[in-house]
Amino acid sequence: MVGFFLRRIFGFILTIFIASLAIFLLLDILPGNPARFILGINASANSVNMLAEQMGLNQPIWQRFISWFLGLLVGDFGISHSQDISVFSLIIERLQITLPLAIFAMIIAVSIGLPIGIMAANRHGKISDSFLMMLAQTGVAIPNFWFGMLLVLLFSVTLGWLPTGGFTPWNENYLLSLKSLILPAIALALPQAAILARVMRTALIDVSHANYIRTAQAKGQTKKQAIWRHGVQNAMLPVLTILGLQFAFLIAGTIIVENVFYLPGLGKLIFTAISERDLILVRGALIVLVIAVTFIMLIIDLLYALVDPRLRLRGKQ
Amino acid sequence: MFIHSFKKSIFIALAYFIFSIIGAFAQSSEIKLGLVLEPPHLDPTAGAAAAIDEIVYANVFEGLTRIDKNGAVQPSLATSWTISDDNINYIFNLKSGVTFHDGSAFNADDVVYSFERAMGEDSVNAQKGIFSVIEEVRKVDPVTVAIQLKQPTGDFLFNIGRGDAIIVEKATAENNKTNPIGTGPYKFVKWDKGSRIILEASLNYVGEPVAIKKATFVFISDPNTAIAAMLAGDIDGFPIFPAPESMEVFEKDARFNVLVGTTEGETILATNNKKAPFDNILVRQAIAHTIDRKAIIDGAMFGYGTPIGSHFAPHNPHYIDKVNTYPHDLEKAKELLTKAGFPEGFKATIKLPPPSYARRGGQIIASQLREIGIDLELINIDWGQWLEDVFTNKDYDLTIVSHVEPFDIGIYANPDYYFQFDNKDFRAVMEQLGATTNDEGRRALSYYAQDFLARHAVNGYLFQLAKTGVYDAKLSGMWANAPVEGNDLTKMVWAK
Repeated sequence: MVGFFLRRIFGFILTIFIASLAIFLLLDILPGNPARFILGINASANSVNMLAEQMGLNQPIWQRFISWFLGLLVGDFGISHSQDISVFSLIIERLQITLPLAIFAMIIAVSIGLPIGIMAANRHGKISDSFLMMLAQTGVAIPNFWFGMLLVLLFSVTLGWLPTGGFTPWNENYLLSLKSLILPAIALALPQAAILARVMRTALIDVSHANYIRTAQAKGQTKKQAIWRHGVQNAMLPVLTILGLQFAFLIAGTIIVENVFYLPGLGKLIFTAISERDLILVRGALIVLVIAVTFIMLIIDLLYALVDPRLRLRGKQ
Repeated sequence: MFIHSFKKSIFIALAYFIFSIIGAFAQSSEIKLGLVLEPPHLDPTAGAAAAIDEIVYANVFEGLTRIDKNGAVQPSLATSWTISDDNINYIFNLKSGVTFHDGSAFNADDVVYSFERAMGEDSVNAQKGIFSVIEEVRKVDPVTVAIQLKQPTGDFLFNIGRGDAIIVEKATAENNKTNPIGTGPYKFVKWDKGSRIILEASLNYVGEPVAIKKATFVFISDPNTAIAAMLAGDIDGFPIFPAPESMEVFEKDARFNVLVGTTEGETILATNNKKAPFDNILVRQAIAHTIDRKAIIDGAMFGYGTPIGSHFAPHNPHYIDKVNTYPHDLEKAKELLTKAGFPEGFKATIKLPPPSYARRGGQIIASQLREIGIDLELINIDWGQWLEDVFTNKDYDLTIVSHVEPFDIGIYANPDYYFQFDNKDFRAVMEQLGATTNDEGRRALSYYAQDFLARHAVNGYLFQLAKTGVYDAKLSGMWANAPVEGNDLTKMVWAK
């Protein structure tokens, strides 16, 4: 058990190191001098060079990487060029929107996706099963930015129930804040719910043919009881894997959805930072995303061990 | 980008079909304006970004003079001025009883401080040229300031009416980036980064009271979202609407008022004048004969834009129409190309930055030039790359860009500018223009300069970028044109 945990945690740290190296190098080969970006097209080459020097852009690449990475370790993400404040505080500020949004979307996805999957599995082969799966297939196929626009047209433009976008700060009126997250969260959640439903259904159908279900039935349980007591827990394994991956997709999806709904979250921050060549901000935000996603993966891995005792046992051997 | 235009057309179709009736709530003193770009900070004396002036100009900050919606110079913190006969000495009489938003009184010291700050060695003003002609700024008494120039400067009063020359207070100047303190009719209240900026009418403002008491600027970059936000009534107006292709939706809807005006943006097919074969005037003239401006304006800007024949804004009083210097004539163009030694045409590249005028315009120009045998490879680049490759390294053949500075014909006098137009006759004309202050003289020189650039076909002159605004039909008092960057709230008012 302990070995299993240690292996996973080592993998977690290694992933983050490799990712930070990749992020740094990839952004470094982007054309466009950040100093020229800040000073505009009327500035002289001399003052651009001066600023580049001040920003440390003229140092060799490995030196810049090391000082950046060491900064990360102590929580110093640097100062944003475009906004003149610490990258860390910017990210924390924006996470107050992106994190609730992602969690909100996750809750919606799970509470729609899993019941539909279970329902479909229980009606396996019937018309209602096909109908539910057709619905899910449609859900997978619809891109979330487009679905978001449809939601806006219906609920904001036509019905006028919800705002088309924007965000009321939490400290102003948290009910209004929640209200501004409803449509984006639904738009983000729908494709994920559809995927979850399909995975849940397939997993349940698979386990329903397993020997232990037959054994449970032989001991007198009905098929439904057997599936609820033994099947669902086993079917959760692939579902958990997908959930972990989905969190990564949700976070990536916020970049598009936050732009559609003009929410001032992390996704929009990254989007504008890239277009303004605020490389230090892009790097900081990306590394936070990497940490968040690998952390979720780690949690999921550890959860496996709880759901599936075999994994724990392998650690002991 | 196929996906992008696909998603846009679906959206417009839906917007048509889903007919909506919303009672827009009558907000008698509040307004929400949509802007595409969020400013990096709010100090117009420390940055070139237009997004700064679009929020604070004429609202939060005031200068000695100001520019009105027609581009004319009006009194502001200076109520009147006298100019000496040699056009060197200016005396400004200041408005009295004015206070900054933090409560401290405004007087001649603030004017001297603001100018000296902008003129200083370590000044980060984006338009230092405005101040480089000043010899001395002197306080005469608390309500009078004298400014002495180094040489007569024709557009001095206009220049000090721009956002870069606003008057700041010594005690608060360094914090204006995040907490702007000015003398204007609106005071800064709050900035939710990434989301919105809120201004409120200042209670101690002396001058004509304003009808709009609270203004919120909301940042919306996605064109489809902008359409939805307008249709839903979440936003009362977009001074520069990001999707000209959707203006029809609003023009057909009585709830909205579409305002089409001009900007200072000359959109040009910028040409590398030092790179073969574009260093040959015959080639440039052939291109000028091939360009069909109307097709470009219709195709790239959905009909919004005014054709130009030189680097000058059509609404400028000294504008002269040079559109027909090289009329659309493919035979003539082919003849010129043959004369230049390219009877079969040649291959070249065109680098296109992200704005739709460039991306769409580039495709249309490429198809037009193909007719005379010039085969353009389209290269899409982002602004960072454009600054690096085109502007700094001059590594390009052709590009499309809108030059948005007011009265910027002087860039052609700089041989290192990215067009690389090196002509000492033109430099002499510009020098003379800078020193001429009487209107007739300036007019004659401006005409001459416009004609000069048109004849030399330095760049392909395409069109003046339009300002396409969409507003709630009950709102009035907005600027249709943009002679300077800004969204003057002071005359805006809701219909009863």
